[in-house]
Amino acid sequence: MPANPFNGFTDFGVGIGLRVPHYQHILSEKPVVSWFEIISENYMIDGGRPLHVLDQILERYRVVQHGVSMYFGSAGPLDREHLRRLKALVKRTKTPWLTDHLCWGSVDGTYTHDLLPMPYTFEAARHTAQKIREARDFLEVPIAVENVSSYAEFHISEMTEWEFLTEVVELADCGVLLDVNNIYVSSRNHNFDPNEYVNGIPTERIAQIHIAGHSKFEKYILDTHDHPVIDPVWKLYARAIELAGPTATLLEWDDKIPSFEEVHNEALKANQFIAEAAVAS
Amino acid sequence: MSLHEIQSRMFAAVIQPLTDSEQMQLRTQDGKSMHEVAAEFIKPNDRLSSFERLEIYNRQYWFRVLASLEEDFPGLRAVVGPRRFERLCKAYLVECPSQSFTMRNLGSRLESWLQSHPEWIQPKAALALDMVRLERAETEAFDGAAEPVFESADLRTTDPDPQFRLQPYLQLLRFRYPVDDLLVAIKKDNPENARVSSAISEIHKRAQMHSVARQKRQPICLAVHRVDYSVYFKRLEPEAFAFLTALREGKSLSVALQLVFRKTDDQTELLGVVTNWFENWSKLGWFCRPTFANQKSISVRRQS
Repeated sequence: MPANPFNGFTDFGVGIGLRVPHYQHILSEKPVVSWFEIISENYMIDGGRPLHVLDQILERYRVVQHGVSMYFGSAGPLDREHLRRLKALVKRTKTPWLTDHLCWGSVDGTYTHDLLPMPYTFEAARHTAQKIREARDFLEVPIAVENVSSYAEFHISEMTEWEFLTEVVELADCGVLLDVNNIYVSSRNHNFDPNEYVNGIPTERIAQIHIAGHSKFEKYILDTHDHPVIDPVWKLYARAIELAGPTATLLEWDDKIPSFEEVHNEALKANQFIAEAAVAS
Repeated sequence: MSLHEIQSRMFAAVIQPLTDSEQMQLRTQDGKSMHEVAAEFIKPNDRLSSFERLEIYNRQYWFRVLASLEEDFPGLRAVVGPRRFERLCKAYLVECPSQSFTMRNLGSRLESWLQSHPEWIQPKAALALDMVRLERAETEAFDGAAEPVFESADLRTTDPDPQFRLQPYLQLLRFRYPVDDLLVAIKKDNPENARVSSAISEIHKRAQMHSVARQKRQPICLAVHRVDYSVYFKRLEPEAFAFLTALREGKSLSVALQLVFRKTDDQTELLGVVTNWFENWSKLGWFCRPTFANQKSISVRRQS
């Protein structure tokens, strides 16, 4: 049963990212997986193996699209060619909701292919929210935006990151893809309490949660998605689930990708927290 | 500072090339102190200065785009050598940063850029340009569009001089060097497949260098195509290449034949050659079902 208008897919449970090294295993072994998240841009092409594999996955599994280059926060307008291709993919996958990042990454049509942090200003929030609304109207699918991990903050910022996230999603009237690993990474890089972040956002808008691992360096933490989830991140996850109720959850593992079973088993650890949240609610 | 202004400043710093030791440069392109520029909009914290925080993004940008080009152009890397390849890619990306939402297109302007900057590929410019073109064609063939395949049933319902359309993913290219064999050999000897020891890796690198140095001019006509979603190279006779090129240009069957076989008197031999081509290419799925033929065959089936 839907928890709220933004979290209408509480039965999705725990999914994992669809990654090339696992294609063969998934297609031949047909493991039981609640759902797969795909990186939209990997399939916004005209043909060939990626779409062929995707079509086979779609025959058996539920797929949710996650984008990395919509750049809602870039000062320029949305890329119409990007939107056109994205809409074609939305029709193909029938994704129940679609996510991308609360970030910027391009200037005047030139791309960094990075998820760059926003200056937390009211001007940026209004601009970003307007672009999210435009994208949703064009794509005709609910949108949730993900908080990114960051390594820099701007002098010009007028609010905290979680206040900015709240401002944007309220103005855009969209959902939140809450990445609890990103919150942890940013909290260590910027010296804030990650629980204050989780407690400070409109949890009724959480449509999906990301969990992941990261890499610790001497003076900062990098969001590398190449390790298991650490305990402090699981604790943040538990708190988010406690506040939001059972929510579609996805483990990201993008580098040094281990076997399918290892990734899936790591993801399934989330089930105990979801079960506890279900009992509590 | 407006949103556009702050993003433009950070963007300029992020895409500025790193130093040889992979650090952020101390000066901007116009000579300003990068420490001062970073401090204008990035907050320091108790562990990192504004410069160091900005540097994380600067380094990540270059590691990401260079890795992408290295993955897409292993052949060019082998032809010019790894060090020169890296310097070449940095120079290319400074002039031609990504203008697409997907990194698939990062190298789309590399061939034209190299043509106007031959100093990066001398003295093997012709070989290097051939290789870049082949590697881009591989990308296009891998995920290019495919249309429904022409079937023999379609032939019966088309007009006497049909226009055969080729699959959009099929790439037809002329090369001055046999770069198809060279690229296959380079990929086979890719150090990624030989991580057993650095000594073996070194042997493979030397083998590649010898293989590149041995390359002699030998014009070839090539189709870069795919079968079961894998990309393959198929050499074509010049006549077959010209015939397919004519079809790609939209010429009808009779016009394409006239263009290729102007001097042939032996019609029986010609028929045999063309029939053989069509059989082979049809098996490979290179022809698309014509829209007109498709509609006709559907209506025929409905009537029956």
